[in-house]
Amino acid sequence: MIATLAFYAFASVLVASAAMVVTSRNPVHAVLFLILAFFNAAGLFLLAGAEFLAMILVIVYVGAVAVLFLFVVMMLDVNFSEMRSGFVRYLPIGGAVGLVLLAELLMVGAVWSVSPSAPRLIAVPVPGGVTNTEALGRVLYTDYIYLFQAAGIVLLVAMIGAIVLTLRDRPGTKRQDIARQIDRSRRETLDMVNVEVGQGMVVPPKHEPAKQPEHANGNGHHGGGHH
Amino acid sequence: MQTMLAAYFPILVFIGIAAGVAVAMVAASLILARQAPDPVKLSAYECGFEPFDDARRKFDVRFYLVAILFIIFDLEVAFLFPWAVSLAEIGWLGFGSMMGFLGVLTVGFIYEWKKGALEWE
Repeated sequence: MIATLAFYAFASVLVASAAMVVTSRNPVHAVLFLILAFFNAAGLFLLAGAEFLAMILVIVYVGAVAVLFLFVVMMLDVNFSEMRSGFVRYLPIGGAVGLVLLAELLMVGAVWSVSPSAPRLIAVPVPGGVTNTEALGRVLYTDYIYLFQAAGIVLLVAMIGAIVLTLRDRPGTKRQDIARQIDRSRRETLDMVNVEVGQGMVVPPKHEPAKQPEHANGNGHHGGGHH
Repeated sequence: MQTMLAAYFPILVFIGIAAGVAVAMVAASLILARQAPDPVKLSAYECGFEPFDDARRKFDVRFYLVAILFIIFDLEVAFLFPWAVSLAEIGWLGFGSMMGFLGVLTVGFIYEWKKGALEWE
């Protein structure tokens, strides 16, 4: 009873938020509705008994993919008035492409047929006596080992591709080098000088030009306590 | 199946309470609070930021890189959960398969470490 109610609640919110993703004018709102759709899909997975998939949907899609989508939407810097300016000019070609796609979709839908073995697959989704996560683990790493390793390769390619595409060395930026910071001794940067009263002194140039000479003779001028 | 769903019933109750509290707070501030809108309230305080501004501005592609690298390691950890649960049954083949997977991703990790992709300047 409660499960049925929850199913209809999740499903109706899912469909409504999916419609809002497509129709909302503000792309940031679209991404937020997408997050709502992910949450409700996770609820549907739970109701179907797929606990692991539900949690992964929340962790990976809501926690990471949606954030990435937000970054992309923010980075696009979309100007709406500029986007709508060429509407009439591009209407014929855009409409033609849309019509072709619609015709293809209709042709695909016309030959849709349900496989006769599909009801059999629905009937035995989970082996008895084990949790969903364990059932997944039993086949994923042994029976589907090639696909699993291919997933690893795909992740590696994505990692390297993202680094190659977006990482560039900018000249003039300073990076923190912790080993060098720890390695620095006091003798390289600090000299204690005894200055006679009323004499003053000329600061000798040091081998590191970035040093502030104030540190070297700070005692003589300020009497300490300055920093 | 039914016992599994029954275990999630408290979470459903929790979601219901959270939704109720959220709606109640917004509605109460709409109904009970004194509304005195003033354009000055929306202006910048002294030399601060504009409170309402266009969020669509270009920012560093580096944030995107960090997000992508996070997703990849997120997925890697997600693969570890079913493996850990079923490790007793899948034997050495399952163990070696996961070690190969982790090894491939460790190659990528070393690559990005050496390239300095994890450093912020």
